[in-house]
Amino acid sequence: MTIIQTVWVAGRALLRNKMRSFLTTLGIVIGVAAVISMSAIGAGARARVAEAFQSMGSNMLLVFSGSSRTGGMRGGAGSQPSLTWDDMEDIREQVDGVKYVAPLMAVGAQVQGNGQNWQTSVRGTSVDYFAIRSWATDSGELFSDQDNHRGAKVAVLGRTVVTNLFGEGVDAVGEVVRINNIPFQVIGIAAAKGSSARGEDEDDAVFVPWKTFRAKLSGGLQQFIPGPIMISAESPEALEASRVGVEKLLRVNHKIRPGVEDDFTVRNLSEMAQAQQEGAKTMTSLLAGIALVSLIVGGIGIMNIMLVSVTERTREIGLRMALGARPSTVMFQFLIESVVLSVIGGLLGVACGIGAAKYLVSTFNWPLLIQPEFSFLAVGFSALVGVTFGMYPAWKASKLDPIQALRFE
Amino acid sequence: MGEVIRLKDITRVFDTGQIQVHALRGVSLTVEEGGCLAIMGASGSGKSTLMNILGLLDRPTSGSYHLVGEDTSRLDRNRLAGIRNRTIGFVFQNFNLLARTSALENVELPLLYRGVGARERRRLALEALDRVGLGDRANHAPNQLSGGQQQRVAIARALVASPSVILADEPTGNLDSSTSVEIMRFFRGLVDGGLTMVLVTHEPDIAAWAERVVEMKDGQIVADRRQSPSVVTPSGEAVP
Repeated sequence: MTIIQTVWVAGRALLRNKMRSFLTTLGIVIGVAAVISMSAIGAGARARVAEAFQSMGSNMLLVFSGSSRTGGMRGGAGSQPSLTWDDMEDIREQVDGVKYVAPLMAVGAQVQGNGQNWQTSVRGTSVDYFAIRSWATDSGELFSDQDNHRGAKVAVLGRTVVTNLFGEGVDAVGEVVRINNIPFQVIGIAAAKGSSARGEDEDDAVFVPWKTFRAKLSGGLQQFIPGPIMISAESPEALEASRVGVEKLLRVNHKIRPGVEDDFTVRNLSEMAQAQQEGAKTMTSLLAGIALVSLIVGGIGIMNIMLVSVTERTREIGLRMALGARPSTVMFQFLIESVVLSVIGGLLGVACGIGAAKYLVSTFNWPLLIQPEFSFLAVGFSALVGVTFGMYPAWKASKLDPIQALRFE
Repeated sequence: MGEVIRLKDITRVFDTGQIQVHALRGVSLTVEEGGCLAIMGASGSGKSTLMNILGLLDRPTSGSYHLVGEDTSRLDRNRLAGIRNRTIGFVFQNFNLLARTSALENVELPLLYRGVGARERRRLALEALDRVGLGDRANHAPNQLSGGQQQRVAIARALVASPSVILADEPTGNLDSSTSVEIMRFFRGLVDGGLTMVLVTHEPDIAAWAERVVEMKDGQIVADRRQSPSVVTPSGEAVP
């Protein structure tokens, strides 16, 4: 008997008990669907995390001022200004592997224009900031280094600010807005970026050159940067060297003796991204593990039904043996039956799993990442489940004594 | 005429643990090609055990069994299955048809295990069903057929593989008397056409259809006589 004939006989036998076959398959369907959808969702979550960190800036280091200490009470990071404008220039010029450096100062301010007004975050930074965040303009242009040097009163508006002052989709380049009553010329509109990893609206901001910001908008000690310094390294490999270089330079600049604590903090955002990725990965493995367990439960269901089937069909087995079925053929037939059940379950499970993943992903607004190799793996694994759990019942069937089997009631 | 079956000093002992049951105590029997042999005997006489050994479903404790010239005593389960498939056609008391499976597919079964292709299988099975007069019921399931029709499907299944011998174990045991006559008349026609048949029965009326009757008692053959097959109904009236 050929394999095709055996599969055909197995299929006929399964169709004789449609409902039972369907319910048995269901266990595998659910198991495989769980594996597929969980892995797709996990991959989607990882991609989402990666995307969020990518949009914050690539290969990025953040340098914060140190913490203040008043008596026994310590302020948080940045509470004691310690980073100077000279530090920033030194980092740009002296630390190897550093590509972009930008200060990041922010102040809440009332912005007026076109007869409207809007409370937003006004940020003083350099043109490097936009490079670090790979942020472009929709129209107009970014401020230049010259604008910065001469303290030009120019501004780049975020999309949300434009919408609230001038209306949806209006090109406000060339208009004048007043920030804390100081007139600024709008030279560019930043492209819409959406919400940040923390859920803040990135487009609700106005950007001005940092020298202008320092002169017109921020108070405080002029020699210190009232905010962190953003640094972008040339490559992920250069990141660690840059971090070490920045720390060394700042310790020299700030005349910190060996053994004394830093008065600044350097944070590596890529590490945070990696940690997040690891978390998502662990979650995925956990979900996949649970899904695998349900697949094994499905396999036990198949074994159970195959054992019932062997008992129920004892006479049929005896008859088939009398008519010339070899014990090995009988074993193969039952094995094929359980494999057919599990593979059909696997295929249905892949279809259901992809469907479920699509639905969930559209609910969470994550990218859909179905890994085709996972589908093959799941179907292959369910076939393996069929073989493993079908083996014992099939072996039992092949060991039946035809005389006893034919007499079985 | 050649020998189909040659049994020599066959014994069969069932070891039940405490006692040994001697089901067969030295049976020797030769069956020539063509004709019908009826094995008679009360229950417990060993006729079923003998039938199982003849059908290669069971193996003797001692003695030799040649089936169509081949010594079967040293063959494994897989080889025996192959020989059953090629040389023996079984007809059972309770028909043993697969439920929810068409008559045609039931008849195809032996051919399936011989590896015959689907089209050829179908052709041969339809031919066999035609021979038993059920060509028009090929797609009926067993539960849609009468007892007599079911047994005829089983006979078609036994015939389809052109076996050397038909083994019929109480083939009329589950049928009413008129259907029994119908089935036996059909068998008689096959035997007259050259078929070899071994029939196990405890009914003298059925044994009367055979030209040779072997009687068994306590695991031994006690009588072996030839007769002219008398074509009678169970009620005793002669049939033309």
